[in-house]
Amino acid sequence: MSRAVEDLNRRMLRARDAMDRAYAQPLDIPQLARVANVSEAHFIRTFRGTFDETPHRYLQRRRVERAMYLLRATERSVTDICLDVGFTSLGTFSRSFRHIVGEAPATYRRRGPIKAVPNCFAMAWTRPSSFGEAGARKIV
Amino acid sequence: MFNALLISSLYVLDQDKALDFYVGKLGLEVNTDQDLGFMRWLTVNVPGDTRQVLLETPGAPGLDPKTAEQARQLVTKGATGGHLFFTTTDCRKTYDELRAKGVEFTEEPTERPYGIDCGLRDPFGNHIRFSQPLHMAVSAQGDEKPRSRESK
Repeated sequence: MSRAVEDLNRRMLRARDAMDRAYAQPLDIPQLARVANVSEAHFIRTFRGTFDETPHRYLQRRRVERAMYLLRATERSVTDICLDVGFTSLGTFSRSFRHIVGEAPATYRRRGPIKAVPNCFAMAWTRPSSFGEAGARKIV
Repeated sequence: MFNALLISSLYVLDQDKALDFYVGKLGLEVNTDQDLGFMRWLTVNVPGDTRQVLLETPGAPGLDPKTAEQARQLVTKGATGGHLFFTTTDCRKTYDELRAKGVEFTEEPTERPYGIDCGLRDPFGNHIRFSQPLHMAVSAQGDEKPRSRESK
């Protein structure tokens, strides 16, 4: 039983890694379920059971986290960044960003540039924790 | 006070599989592999480096069965925080070699302000990165001076 859980955890981690890696691409549930090697219905339920949020929500947080970084680390326009991180509509991007971070992309950008830290830690520590529950962690 | 970091430890779920991966694929060498009776003391190191990584299975007697179960689950969720960071003189070449061996990458080589790095998982879920720091970057001309890079 427990070995089966470990194996399933590992598959879900593989799918989550795929979202971290390929966030800019149009990922969908069938693709991610294939990465995890489980059925689609099983995938959403198991992912949620493993990481306590749906794959869709995880992917949105990943995309918004990347957008937060790009807004402060580059000069690219909000529209370009929206497309860069995998959103296909500026409306959805702005709404999701505001929902997760608590402020609009352009407002967030005014916080100014970010210091260089190893990217994987920046990814883990600056990711907005949840929808509407908390604002972005302050980045110095 | 201290003068070196000698051993750090990483939870693995199976020491034989860990050996296949860390030695067989990542190219580390076995430093010590000894049956202490109560545990198998297994450490590996980068060839030429003195720092060892203890590949330890969570279990009795150090952990009670329930806690060991939780530890194993955290490893498979990638949540134990046991990162290893290696350096290399050629990140892309190493990436290609390891990919050919079937290593599971989480991130392909990417240029950062501090160099080129990438990420992978061990078979159990541990996160590993290796990086080609800027001062080790080698250009086509063999020039090893630091070069400025755009952050991605």
